[in-house]
Amino acid sequence: MKNWLILHVHVFLSALRKFFSTPLSSLFNILVIGIALSLPAGMYVMLKNIQNLAEQKIASPQISLFLSMDTSKDDITRIDRQLKQHAAVGQARFVPREQALEQLKQTTGLEDVIGGLEHNPLPDAYIVHPKISDASALKTLKHELQRWPKIEHVQLDLDWVQKLEAILKFGLMAILILSMLLGFALVAVTFNTIRLQILTQREEIEVSRLIGATSAFIRRPFLYFGLLQGLLGGAAAWFIISISLYMLNSNLSQLTDLYSANFTLHLPSTEDQLALLLLSACLGWMGAWLSVSQHLWKIEPR
Amino acid sequence: MIQFSNVCKRYPGGIDVLKNISFTIGEAEMVFLSGHSGAGKSTLLKLIAAIERPSSGSILVNGQNISLIKDGALPFLRRNFGLIFQDHKLLYDRSIFENVVLPLKICDFDHRESAKRVRAALDKVGLLNREKANPIALSGGEQQRLCIARAIVNRPSILLADEPTGNLDTEYSGEIMKIFRSFHQVGVTLVISTHDEGMLGQFNGRVLALKNGELHP
Repeated sequence: MKNWLILHVHVFLSALRKFFSTPLSSLFNILVIGIALSLPAGMYVMLKNIQNLAEQKIASPQISLFLSMDTSKDDITRIDRQLKQHAAVGQARFVPREQALEQLKQTTGLEDVIGGLEHNPLPDAYIVHPKISDASALKTLKHELQRWPKIEHVQLDLDWVQKLEAILKFGLMAILILSMLLGFALVAVTFNTIRLQILTQREEIEVSRLIGATSAFIRRPFLYFGLLQGLLGGAAAWFIISISLYMLNSNLSQLTDLYSANFTLHLPSTEDQLALLLLSACLGWMGAWLSVSQHLWKIEPR
Repeated sequence: MIQFSNVCKRYPGGIDVLKNISFTIGEAEMVFLSGHSGAGKSTLLKLIAAIERPSSGSILVNGQNISLIKDGALPFLRRNFGLIFQDHKLLYDRSIFENVVLPLKICDFDHRESAKRVRAALDKVGLLNREKANPIALSGGEQQRLCIARAIVNRPSILLADEPTGNLDTEYSGEIMKIFRSFHQVGVTLVISTHDEGMLGQFNGRVLALKNGELHP
């Protein structure tokens, strides 16, 4: 086990050495990979930022609860408590029927008509701001509230949520397609790098075969190299995104100041960054594996 | 230890390089393969190391039928052999030490132990003080000795040498043969091919004479 570990560390270190023994071509390789990955990853970061902005600042979904006309004070206290305890409810504001009528008078200018009414036709109501923003979860919440006693009608305005979701879905799909295409590019770049390496190391491979090296032993350094190149390419992509966001943010602040708003672009979460590195390392490994399985068997000792 | 029964080898194109070869080489024996170039010496050595497969017949090495061996088991079979090539097959992108340590790395050998073994092997062929040099800096005879050091470093039970003295003058070949004789004395099985009839006279090893792909008694 210890020998096995030492072996792998050695192979990794020699891959690292090989990588830095041709610094310029290695640099260009990771730049190509980095740029290819930074396009979809950068678009994803932008999309996430837009999503955040839309959910937090532009509008949040609102649910109106209209109570029955015969609701008692006790019922209202109960509903109040239930709403406050509910996990999905962020804020709930009670609007008494008198206040609602008053507002109606002021906003519509129908004072005379309303004044002529014998009694207040409006019910007591709650304006609920949910913590969730997902359309289907909101619908579930609506149905749940509907079933509470003394609640006559629940109104949920889903229009903008659905629009936003559709736009985000569209954006995500575009990013997915782009990622797949550029992921192939990464695999292709690694495939070619490893192919060249196999050709230049033909003699070493041949000799190793002759003195009893297993295929796994011969494959290993190439796979590590592909992994390393992918990993560094991913790191380059992350670096490119960070620099771009930094530059955009300094310009963005001038823009938001004019609108007296406060908004900055945020870096992707640690999970997303790790996922990027992991994915690019995997793709590099895959490119190397394809290349090795395509080219290595052709080198047979003679 | 090595047993050939009715072995034929035909290369694509219909040329029969070996015809109906049968012989047995016992443990710790030193055997010379003689014959002109093109007689099939190299092919015969390649068949023993499973670099080539026979067209018919069977080859047993340590009781294992290597004409039936699977590709996955091939590396482990080859570790029983030390191979010495006429063209050395050294790697010129690394030091002499790195060249010799390669077979041990392949066998996943302990790091410190392998350094000891490499130095012992280099000492045996008289290259101990050159371990940091590049093989390109060595003379032809020294390169051949380096190739021998690499072949013996994992202490194989069988040494196969294809024309080890082919390109060397008599002084150098004498040195190489002296090294081989010392391995023979410690019980290593040796199969050495040569076209140098003069050399055979100096040793009392058995000679397998090949002529046009056939064994002549």
